[in-house]
Amino acid sequence: MTAAVAISLSVNGERVEANVLPRLNLADFLREHLKLTGTHVGCEHGVCGACTVRVNGDIVRSCLMLAVQTHNATVETIEGLSDSGEIADLQSAFRERNALQCGFCTPGMLMAAHDLLKQSPSLDREQIREHLSGNYCRCTGYQAIVDAIETTARARSGRLP
Amino acid sequence: MPIVWAGEVTPKMKASAFAYARATSVANALELLTAHGEKAKVLSGGQSLLPAMNLRLIAPELIIDIGELAELRGVVVKGGVLTIGALTRHVDLLKSPEIAAHAPLLRDALTHVAHPAIRNRGTIGGSLAQADPASELPACMLTLGATIVVRGPSGERRIAANQFFAGIYETALTPQELLVAVELPVTPKNSTHFFHEFARRHGDYAIVGLAAQALVKDGQFADLRLGFFAVGDRPLLAKSAGKLVDVVITSAVLSEAFSALDDELDPLEDQQATPAMRRHLAKVLLARCVSSLLARPDLCTGALA
Amino acid sequence: MTSARANPEMLSALDRPGSYIGKTVPRPNLDRLMQGRGLYVSDIELPRMAHVVFLRSPHAHAKINGIEASTAKQMPGVIAVVSGRELSTVITPWVGVLSHLKGLKSAPQSAIAVDRVCWQGEAVAAVVASSRAQAEDAAELVSIEYEELDAVTDMRTALDPATAVIHASLGDNLAFERNHDAGAVDQAFAESDEVVEADFVFGRHTGVTLEPRAVVADWNAAEARLTIYQGTQAPHMVQNIAALHLGLKESQVRVVCKDVGGSFGIKVHIYADEMATYALSKLLRRPVKFVADRVESFNTDIHARDHRCKGKIGVNRDGTITAFEIDDLTGIGPYSMYPRTSAIEANQVVNLVGGPYATRNYRARARVVFQNKNVMCQYRAVGHPIACSVTEGLVDMAAMKIGMDPIEIRRRNLIADNAYPCASPSGLRFEQLSHHAALAKLTGMMDYDALRVEQAALRTRNIHRGIGIASFIEVTNPSAAFYGVGGAKISSQDGVAVRLDAQGSVICQTSITEQGQGSESLTAQIVGSVLGVSMDRVRVILGDTDNTPYGGGTWASRGAGIGGEAALQATKVLRKNILDVAAAILQAAPGELDIVNNAVVNAADSAPRIELGELARIVYFRPDTLPPGIQAELMAARHFVPREYPFAFTNGIQASWLEVDIDTGFVKLLKHWVVEDCGTIINPQLVDEQIRGGVVQGLGAALFEKCVYDERGQLTNANMADYLVPMSGEMPDIDVGHVVSPTMESELGAKGAGEAGTAGAAAAVTNAVNDALRPFGTIITEIPLTPQVVLTALGRI
Repeated sequence: MTAAVAISLSVNGERVEANVLPRLNLADFLREHLKLTGTHVGCEHGVCGACTVRVNGDIVRSCLMLAVQTHNATVETIEGLSDSGEIADLQSAFRERNALQCGFCTPGMLMAAHDLLKQSPSLDREQIREHLSGNYCRCTGYQAIVDAIETTARARSGRLP
Repeated sequence: MPIVWAGEVTPKMKASAFAYARATSVANALELLTAHGEKAKVLSGGQSLLPAMNLRLIAPELIIDIGELAELRGVVVKGGVLTIGALTRHVDLLKSPEIAAHAPLLRDALTHVAHPAIRNRGTIGGSLAQADPASELPACMLTLGATIVVRGPSGERRIAANQFFAGIYETALTPQELLVAVELPVTPKNSTHFFHEFARRHGDYAIVGLAAQALVKDGQFADLRLGFFAVGDRPLLAKSAGKLVDVVITSAVLSEAFSALDDELDPLEDQQATPAMRRHLAKVLLARCVSSLLARPDLCTGALA
Repeated sequence: MTSARANPEMLSALDRPGSYIGKTVPRPNLDRLMQGRGLYVSDIELPRMAHVVFLRSPHAHAKINGIEASTAKQMPGVIAVVSGRELSTVITPWVGVLSHLKGLKSAPQSAIAVDRVCWQGEAVAAVVASSRAQAEDAAELVSIEYEELDAVTDMRTALDPATAVIHASLGDNLAFERNHDAGAVDQAFAESDEVVEADFVFGRHTGVTLEPRAVVADWNAAEARLTIYQGTQAPHMVQNIAALHLGLKESQVRVVCKDVGGSFGIKVHIYADEMATYALSKLLRRPVKFVADRVESFNTDIHARDHRCKGKIGVNRDGTITAFEIDDLTGIGPYSMYPRTSAIEANQVVNLVGGPYATRNYRARARVVFQNKNVMCQYRAVGHPIACSVTEGLVDMAAMKIGMDPIEIRRRNLIADNAYPCASPSGLRFEQLSHHAALAKLTGMMDYDALRVEQAALRTRNIHRGIGIASFIEVTNPSAAFYGVGGAKISSQDGVAVRLDAQGSVICQTSITEQGQGSESLTAQIVGSVLGVSMDRVRVILGDTDNTPYGGGTWASRGAGIGGEAALQATKVLRKNILDVAAAILQAAPGELDIVNNAVVNAADSAPRIELGELARIVYFRPDTLPPGIQAELMAARHFVPREYPFAFTNGIQASWLEVDIDTGFVKLLKHWVVEDCGTIINPQLVDEQIRGGVVQGLGAALFEKCVYDERGQLTNANMADYLVPMSGEMPDIDVGHVVSPTMESELGAKGAGEAGTAGAAAAVTNAVNDALRPFGTIITEIPLTPQVVLTALGRI
């Protein structure tokens, strides 16, 4: 029974059929099998947040989910969200504010930030900091990221800065 | 709880090979558990199981994925009892109007559980079966007087929460049993609650935490249930709460409760805190809890000095 | 900002209309990173690539009696299991010493341990397999027989005669000692009104780059050439060392460095497992990939800052600081790291203590000892946080002793802004610093007096807030004085080549590297500004020894100051060459022409004369139409290294505002301010973000970060759940201000800014906590300031 398991899922809008070993986690499946290397692996024990992706609309840590668990699921990665334009405004705010340096945390950070923005259009800095508290960034010190999300929240809710 | 390390540092970040079975029903899951017992692990949200497997701290031979058992999902209120399916995720509980109305303490506690991406996967059944002494939900179960419903080869067992937690990562569940639901008495309308934990960073496991629920009448506690966590090898429903019921709370009364609490605690040492620090913080929490529930700021300061 | 510079030539090069210098412009490489299209080493896959997992010692010190791998070798996917002895046929060992650090000694270190392991985590054997998971499966089946040896773990007893000597050939466990004595220290203390002493303790911590160290080594036996894909800050250094120890010429080694997921000094060293990966590729004649997992990152990435430092300060009642004295002790693990050595940090502590202040009396001793823990070496702001915490802690204690405000004592002792050039008590030469201007700016930004009023009011309500101040100096733009003079082949110069392509765009190759600081952006900004082209026409190539000039890379805050100046000078030459050709085409004098907005124009009236694209077309495709004797050179290269000063010192000051919960010991950071002076600012936003990121690393050290070892030399929190790094929820907003004193060593005038934030943050926080705890009569001189430490100091537990 340790043999590969057939799974069928949607990844960034494309249907994917694959045979995966049970032990393969979703992060490695995305990176190694589908070559979606925008999902980063920073700790592999569910702490750093770099591997955050969306499964059935919810953000999850892809290192804490098995690929076999995504059977019949809808998975979206940073590549998908970028290509669809769904987070173009957020990315633009990150660019203007230099809210990334090395960029390794950024795909996960954008996933988490967009998730928050979708849930509540009006946000204060405290809420933003709290929501990102599971996403580790070693470069920026977080302030630029908080600023960029705050700017996007204002823009999305039609409030001026 | 911190991850326990014992010398081994050769890379282990990919789980060992295991077989995988997607359970098609509770009965099917129980059959698999009966057949494989201790060699199998039940996968619900996976937020505690998978880190341990990635690090090869555990290497089960079979993973029984119960993720598709919709019958184990959801919140129902009926006859003064709130029934929560084991597979109900933290995020579902946070958004549930039933929980907000009938178990507001649980709602407050859930905001302290890890981070949004974890709460989107983690389930109440998984959290209780994991029985991490530093986690929030087991203590809430004690405070709220929950009944844990489990099913096994010989049928259903209903275990009182204070009988369920048996030690670090240990519960009354046998390897053949599946935790299927939690039942909570609906919180009385006139009760109040307090939840707080001291954690180094937002979302971290607590150094010490307290989930409390009370009935306050004329400035006194008519009832007070104190569920402490991270103060020992399992959550603690403090008997010392009794010292605070039906009396006018003074510093002296509080001091007596502190010393009674101290006798009940058996804190562990880890990198965040010594047992002495945990004892101290438990008292701070108790003082803040009493002060908050009774709206008596005077009780918060001085009592500890 | 205050600036004093009147160099007309610079005005022409940098302050031209449309200049990008001093402007916030977005970095050109961000979209790639934001869309998940970056290329980090962990993303790289090559045909026939194998994966290596290193078996690592569970013991801090042990003899290896045997390695049994026959079962492992039979496992699916396994290509080889290689021991240290087997690998030593391919790669030679090394010794991490530098000749200018007199007396520094270390023992030969091998890529994989041979016979003996000296720290928990040292590699003992390599398992190479088709996949990482298969390599891990097989690694579980390798059995290694160890004989445990006495482990030396406590630096305080490492030099005791009763303590085992780790490397018998070295005679003792002392790696390095430096003594410094300037002025008349004993007399100064004897004549001081007050003398204050304290012991400062610093937690060993580490860089925790979010992308762990990673290498893909690809030995092409047919070409006899090794290509190393590695996230490194110094590609040419890696090239030199890989070649040296694999018996190759440098021309046989190419180092490619694409996107790097954080470095902070962690990725500027040569690690044994990386060397082993190069060697395995050569041995197995195929690409081999090594990606450290998080646990082995904690066990093998260099650690830093494990110091215990006794400090002493003399002060008179008028606030005059009369002398500093320190006795610093640090434990660096079993080897001095290669090739930068593990003596630099302690050396820097000696260099930097007392640095901002005018007193001439300074005595220091620093001892560096071996121990059986992971190696320590240079991490962001090397030595600065130690020196700053000791100095600023002592200054605050002196102020407290004589009842003087912390701002006032600094005002009375910081070196005057008009006293330069001058030297520090440790003999460092300062070109121009601005401590007083920075102090004045800081007190204004934070409204110091109002904050003191607020603090006093809150105290009456049993709310305990504190203000902490820390002045600092910062080493940037290092010349050969850092490493080159000691014999290390680490270039202190950098080179830039710029060329005009056939459509009038610019291709720029630079030897500095990018790890997120903005090297690519600042280079494009300088090239665009000096040449007169828009930034989107400038493509910057870096991180490839085959395709960039030779140079040092990006570390020690040198990219902008050194690489930036090389870019400026190269572009000036290209600009002249373009104008020469344009003059020939337009039958004008070069001096009458200028380049503005991608076109050659009249210098006098800016009237457009010829587009650069058109000029390039003529030069490349119709050179026959140029006047006889004209050979266009649309490519230029220049190199730069500072010669006048060994380092470009910068300065700054930080302040922290925080609240201590005296019942729980928890510290809540409320606000942080920094004023710093990095000379010419190329991109204000990038400078500010370097400062902020640096501050937060310093705040991590102040409150959270510590590698916790037990007495057996076992690292007990080697994972991200237990080793705490700063997260967004606990970090404050940080206001950054600037004073600008450009260095005259270069036309650009830029100094570095990468260390400043980290240098002073922990000192500011510690001083603020002590300020908050003042009513309780306790002073804490230990970081991290955990609740346990604070409650213990308060006597609550």
